[in-house]
Amino acid sequence: MAGKTLFDKIWDAHVVSSVEDGPSILYIDRHFIHEVTSPQAFAGLKERGAKVLRPEKVVATPDHNIPTKDQHLTIQDELSRMQLETLKNNCEENNITMYGINHPNNGIVHVVGPELGITQPGMTIVCGDSHTSTHGAFGSIAFGIGTSEVEMVLANQCVLQPKPKRMRINVEGSLNTGTTSKDIILYIVSKLTTGGGTGYFIEFAGSAISDLSMEARMTICNMSIEMGARGGMIAPDETTFEYIKGREFAPQGEKWDEAVIYWKSLCSDDDAVFDKELHFDAADIEPMITYGTNPGMGAKIVSHIPTLDKIDESSKASFLKSMEYMGFEPGDALEGKSIDYVFVGSCTNGRIEDLRAFASFVKGHKKADSVVAWIVPGSKQVEKQAIKEGIKDILEEAGFELRQPGCSACLAMNDDKIPAGKYSVSTSNRNFEGRQGPGARTLLASPATAAAAAITGKITDPRAFQ
Amino acid sequence: MPIDKFNTLTSSVVPLPIENVDTDQIIPARFLKATTKEGFGDNLFFDWRYEKNSQPKTDFVLNNPTYKGSILLAGKNFGSGSSREHAAWSVYGYGFKVVVSSFFADIFRNNALNNGLLPVQVSEAFLKKLFTAVDNNPAAEVKVDLQAQTITLVATNESESFDINGYKKNCLLNGYDDIDYLLNRRNEIEAYEKKAITF
Repeated sequence: MAGKTLFDKIWDAHVVSSVEDGPSILYIDRHFIHEVTSPQAFAGLKERGAKVLRPEKVVATPDHNIPTKDQHLTIQDELSRMQLETLKNNCEENNITMYGINHPNNGIVHVVGPELGITQPGMTIVCGDSHTSTHGAFGSIAFGIGTSEVEMVLANQCVLQPKPKRMRINVEGSLNTGTTSKDIILYIVSKLTTGGGTGYFIEFAGSAISDLSMEARMTICNMSIEMGARGGMIAPDETTFEYIKGREFAPQGEKWDEAVIYWKSLCSDDDAVFDKELHFDAADIEPMITYGTNPGMGAKIVSHIPTLDKIDESSKASFLKSMEYMGFEPGDALEGKSIDYVFVGSCTNGRIEDLRAFASFVKGHKKADSVVAWIVPGSKQVEKQAIKEGIKDILEEAGFELRQPGCSACLAMNDDKIPAGKYSVSTSNRNFEGRQGPGARTLLASPATAAAAAITGKITDPRAFQ
Repeated sequence: MPIDKFNTLTSSVVPLPIENVDTDQIIPARFLKATTKEGFGDNLFFDWRYEKNSQPKTDFVLNNPTYKGSILLAGKNFGSGSSREHAAWSVYGYGFKVVVSSFFADIFRNNALNNGLLPVQVSEAFLKKLFTAVDNNPAAEVKVDLQAQTITLVATNESESFDINGYKKNCLLNGYDDIDYLLNRRNEIEAYEKKAITF
């Protein structure tokens, strides 16, 4: 019998039972909730007369809707305020821990879970948010769910899920100078396209992946969903254990030792068989940027937008629609294009290492006058750390401002909206039409590339500064 | 709580020949501030459907009276992106009962099925055939038969079968809901918890 994949080991350990000719009943260890995708779930629960089965396994943090300035004041937008109040009331009524706005643990749900040690290897983790895949960096099965499924997990601590196929993506070798984990994932998404991972759960492996820090691994797993994958994961190792140890909700004492023994068993067996396996060479990867309206439309920053003859016949209409929206022509060079905004933040690149990378880049430079920049920490803890390390001062000296945590301009539910027609180099995850505000034009890139653009006001190869 | 039952449907179709229609297009994030499931149909495809001054864009298919019906015909990879179930509520709330495409994003597919909206995945060739048929005759009817798992172009009787797992098919045919199903399996869930690995 063939060995098991990392995914299979965790999945099999969580199957309560399987429905005939249907999905599995999968037990969920951790359920994160936020203000946008949970209110209808709680309302449904109430209507059904059901209760939250295991409130101690649920953690709430508002993030999508909150302003990133003046968080101590009452939220001006009435609908946003009501969503936050609804979350608070639902958590109180159901004994669910909530880290509300201004709480020292508040922040983007996928930043908060890992930094508090709530996210651990071997777990099943869900949240009504597609970027739940972030938590897979710890060697857990983590995936986004819809609101009906949020209700399902609240009521039963289980979710009905068809078992996905397994894919492994190996990235071997050393990364080129100036190339980051964001470039790795933008490169992979550009190769697989936005539908290339659909139906699969992806394990990322290889020396280029295991050399990465936990935060860099989170960036990779975070964007697995941009290939349509159900989730992404990386086998836990010493880097993982070192990151978790001592965090607020990490196992302590003897429990820690027991946990590490178990976590060390969480890897794909040598003879495990994947439904699909891909190999990439780290040497081929360079700083990347997107030019279109889905995350698969990315290219090396030193290259050109594809010409029309490189596009499949069936995709030409969608490609041209995308070019029109972006105000670009097929074949255009990417470097040197003017930009208007820079957004650093989100569950993809809003962690302390991202702010460090951005700050080390802009130190001694000045923000271009033509650029509006929003630097948004992923959580209160990230904000606190950035102040402690002097990052805030470096940013201010260079003409930037550190805002307060939240999802912010990643999806522009709050006031942080990129105006119509403006170009924004963003460290977030999606460049869909209107994602950052109606008519906004998003160029996805790493914090280093965002820094280079903020200084020059143009798409700039970050290596030019090194 | 029961969902609407689905058995067969014969309808003209609304063609949207765009690939990778993401959930931010289906329902932009700024409309996600509601705390109920109602009213999302009004904002379906909002930024494609309306000008900045809220006037309908005449070149968008939902504003073209030539095309109507409760089947949405879309290019491949429909529903990619965010997990927002509001996307399924919008499509269903607008009045569509079926979405036909050659490929669906996983989370959208689950969300659709949980709301009585049937995603029908067909081959690229059949999708092209359907788009051509509607191009030639906007009133062309398509029949979707869930029991038989077939989709048929009524005028020519050309047909293709589609996949759906037996459990979900049964849920849709009978209007059953996953949550009630699981509430009835509580004993098994509690038995699992006793043997689960925890630290």
